[in-house]
Amino acid sequence: MTSLNPVDVFRMEADELLACLETTLLDLGEKPHDRALIDTAFRALHTIKGSGAMFGFERVAAFAHDFETAFDLVRQGRVPASVDLVNVALSAKDYIRLLIEDPDGAEPVFGQAILDELGGLVGRATDRAEVAPAPASEPDPIAPADGAAGWRLGIAFAPDILRNGTNPLALLDDLRDLGAGTVVPRLDAVPDLAALDPEALSIGWEVTLPAGVTREAIEDVFLFVQNEMTLTLTPLGGAAEAPVPAPIPVAADPVPMPAAVPAAPATARAAPSSPSLAPAPAPAPPAPEPRAGARRNDERTTSTVRVEAERLDELMDRVGELVIAQARLSQLAGLHADGGIKTVAEEIERLSARLRDTTMSIRMVPIGSLFGRFRRLVHDLSRDLGKPVDFVTEGEDTELDKTVIERLADPLVHLIRNAIDHGIEDPARRAGSSKSATGRITLSAEHAGAQVRISVRDDGAGLDAARIRAKAEEKGLVAPGVALSDQQVYQFLFAPGFSTAATISALSGRGVGMDVVKKTIESLRGTIDITTEPGAGTTVSLRLPLTLAIIEGLLIRVGEGRYVVPLAAVEECVELPAGDRASRGRDFLDIRGTLVPFLRLRSLFGAEGEPDPYQKVIIVSVGETRVGLLADQIIGNHQTVIKSLSKLHADVATFSGATILGDGTAALIIDVARLVSGGHVEMPREYQDVA
Amino acid sequence: MMTGTKDELGPTAGLQVANLQVANLQVANLQVTNLQVVKVRIGSETFALDAGMVREIIDPIPTTRVAGARSHLDRVVNVRGNVVPLADIRERFGMKPEPATPDTRFVVIEVEIAGDPVIVALVADKVFEVTEVQTGTAQQVPKVGTSWRPEYIKSIVKSGDEFVILPDVERILN
Repeated sequence: MTSLNPVDVFRMEADELLACLETTLLDLGEKPHDRALIDTAFRALHTIKGSGAMFGFERVAAFAHDFETAFDLVRQGRVPASVDLVNVALSAKDYIRLLIEDPDGAEPVFGQAILDELGGLVGRATDRAEVAPAPASEPDPIAPADGAAGWRLGIAFAPDILRNGTNPLALLDDLRDLGAGTVVPRLDAVPDLAALDPEALSIGWEVTLPAGVTREAIEDVFLFVQNEMTLTLTPLGGAAEAPVPAPIPVAADPVPMPAAVPAAPATARAAPSSPSLAPAPAPAPPAPEPRAGARRNDERTTSTVRVEAERLDELMDRVGELVIAQARLSQLAGLHADGGIKTVAEEIERLSARLRDTTMSIRMVPIGSLFGRFRRLVHDLSRDLGKPVDFVTEGEDTELDKTVIERLADPLVHLIRNAIDHGIEDPARRAGSSKSATGRITLSAEHAGAQVRISVRDDGAGLDAARIRAKAEEKGLVAPGVALSDQQVYQFLFAPGFSTAATISALSGRGVGMDVVKKTIESLRGTIDITTEPGAGTTVSLRLPLTLAIIEGLLIRVGEGRYVVPLAAVEECVELPAGDRASRGRDFLDIRGTLVPFLRLRSLFGAEGEPDPYQKVIIVSVGETRVGLLADQIIGNHQTVIKSLSKLHADVATFSGATILGDGTAALIIDVARLVSGGHVEMPREYQDVA
Repeated sequence: MMTGTKDELGPTAGLQVANLQVANLQVANLQVTNLQVVKVRIGSETFALDAGMVREIIDPIPTTRVAGARSHLDRVVNVRGNVVPLADIRERFGMKPEPATPDTRFVVIEVEIAGDPVIVALVADKVFEVTEVQTGTAQQVPKVGTSWRPEYIKSIVKSGDEFVILPDVERILN
C-alpha cells in the first residue's frame, strides 16, 4: 500500500537521530561526565554516518565521520565534554541537518570551520590530557598491549543478514581502513549451486589486522550487527581467546550465552551497545547510572507503529462521517417503534462514540515532543544574550492533538524569545534586586477541562502597564484618558508592530511576533491571558482546545437557521426580559449587576419570519469580554464534527466552520471571538469602564 | 446517499464522463479538438460545462444560508459529508432566480480557485446530456447584443443547431 522512498526513510530516521543527538548533547552540557549520554550521542552519530553512506548522502557520511572521530576522544574519556565542546557539537549537528535538508546551501567552508573548531578543542584537551590524564576518564578496559602483535578475526554472520540490508563487504572495507590486512573467505559452508539461496549469506571471513589496532576500533565496525554475527577475536602471537558467539536471536536454537559474558556490572549497564566480546578482565565498574532514557526508547520501539499523519487525518474524516451518519440513524430509529432497530441504533451509537474517542486519542501526542525543541532555543539565547537561564518544563505528558502541537511551535518560540529577551533582566540588574543571577523560564502544560493551558512563565521584571499604555497612545491605538483594565492594556502587546523595546535586537523588539502569536492561537480557537507581577515576572497562558476535529457545541436556532456556538465559550443562558424584546437602541442585559451587551442574531443573520415570543440570550465570553447572543431557541448540546468552510467563503467573517446535523443538513459554527471583536458590539462610552 | 438522478443522466453518469474523458484525451492529438461537456440549462441559457470538472449530479437537497456571503454563493450544502458552497450563477448573468422545479439539479464540480481545487455545487435548472462540442466552431463573445460580462465566458460554440456557452467558472465564482 505504501512504498516509502528509501531516501525519505533516511530523512525521517535522521531527523529523529538528530533530535536525539541534540537532546543528548544538551543533557551532556549539564552532566558532562555521564558516560551513558556520551555513548548515546556517539551511537546516534554513528548511525547517521552509516545510513547516510548507505543512502548516498556522501557528504553527510564524510562529515559525520570526522565529527565522530573527534567525538571519539570524548567517548574514550580523554577529553572532557566541556561547554564549548557541546556548543560546537551542537553546531556540527545543525550542519548535518543542513547537509541532509539543503545540501546546496551547506557550504563546505562552514563544515570545515566547525570541524577545525572541534579539532582545536579536542586537540587542545588531548595535549593537556597527555601531560596529566584527566581523572574523570575511565580506565581503558583493555590493556593497549592486548593485540600488540595484531589480530586474527573470525567473522560469521547470521545467514539472513543480507535481508536486513547489511552489506558485509562494506564492513570488510571498514576493517581494511583500520590497516592493511589479509581477508580470506571461508567457503566451507557454501552449498551446491542448486541449493544456493541467493539471499542467504553462507560465506564467512578470516581477517588479520596489523598491530596498533585497538579492540574497540574493531568492535566499532560491527557495532550494529553484533547481534547477528559471531565474531572471534584472537590477538596474534598471544593465547587464543575463546570464541564468544554473540546471541543470534533469529537462529532456530539460540546459542547459549557463554559464561564469560555476564560480567555483571558491565552487562547491566550497557546491554544494547556492549561489544559482543567478553572483556577478558572485568573492567572497574563505572558509577552505574540508570539509563532511563535509553530504556524508554527501547520500550517505545517495540510498541509503536509509524503512520503517516495524512492517513490519521483521513481516518478522522471517516470517523466524523460515521458519527454524522450514526446521528441520522438514531434520529430515524427514534421515529420508528421497532424495538430491534432501536437496539441496533443504540449499539452503533455506543460503538461509534468509542471509535471516535479512540481515533481522537491516536492523534493525541504528548506535548513533551514539542517542549524538547525549546531547550536548544533557550540554550542559544541564553548564550547570545549573556543571561544565564534555567529552563524548566512541566507537564510534558499532557496530550494534545497533533495538529495543534505542530502549530504551537512558532507562537511558543516567540513567547520564549520575548521572555528571555525582555522578561529576564541582565544578571547585574537581577543581582541589584536580590534575585539569583540565573533567570528561570518555566514552560508548563496542564489540562483544564476540555482545554489545555500552556504557560510560559519568566521570573523577570514583569510588564509595565503604564509604559505599554503610553506606547499604545503614541501609536494611536487608544485615546488618552480612556479607562482600561490592565488586562486590556496588555492586549496591546499583540497589536501588529507594537514593541516597547527601546532598541531593536537581533532577536525581538521589532514588534512582529506577538501578533503572529495571537493570530495562530486564535486560528486554533484558543485564547491568550497575561498575568504579571512587577518585579516577580510575567506569565503568558495559552488556552487551547484539545482537538481541532470535534468540539462540544450548543445548537441554537435563529429564524429558520440552526447554528452551533462552541460550548467552551458559553457561560450561561438566560431568557430575554420582556422589556428588552423590541430594540430600544441599546441592547444590554443586567447580569447580576454587570452590564452585558448583546447581539440580535436575527438581524445579524437576516432571519425572516416572526421572532419567538420567548427569546434566549446565550452569554459567551471572549477573554474578559462577555457578550450575549440573542437566539430564538436553544436546541441543546451537539457533538460538532468541524468541517472547514470553502475557500470561496473566506470573506465570511462570522462563521469559523460548519458541521453536519443529524438530518444531513449543514449548520454553521459561530466564530464567537470574531463576532465579538468584529465591531458588532458597540458600547456607549460611559459604560466602557463598567463592562 | 444523494445520487438519485432520474432524467437524462443515470447514476453511472460520472463513470461515463470519466470514460469519455479518456477518449477525449486520445483524440486531442488530432487536429479536431472535441470537448466533452455536460450540457445544462441555467436560467434561459444553455451552458456547456467541461465534463472533466463535473464530479457528480445530484437531486436538490436542503441548503443552509450563509449570512454575509456574496449573493451568488449565499448557501452551503452537504455533499458526501463535505460542506460545499452552492453557487447560483443566474444572478451573474443578470437572470432572475427561479424556484426549484422537478428538473432542478445540483451539478457538483471541481474548479481551481487561486491554485487550489475547490468543490462547488452549481444550481442547474435542467441537465440535458453529456455530449461533444467542437471547439473549432468556437466564436468570440460578440461585443454587441449581450449584456453579459465578457470575462465570464470562455467561448460560445455551436452544438447541433444551437449556441451553447462555455463559461469561465473560476471567474464567475470568484
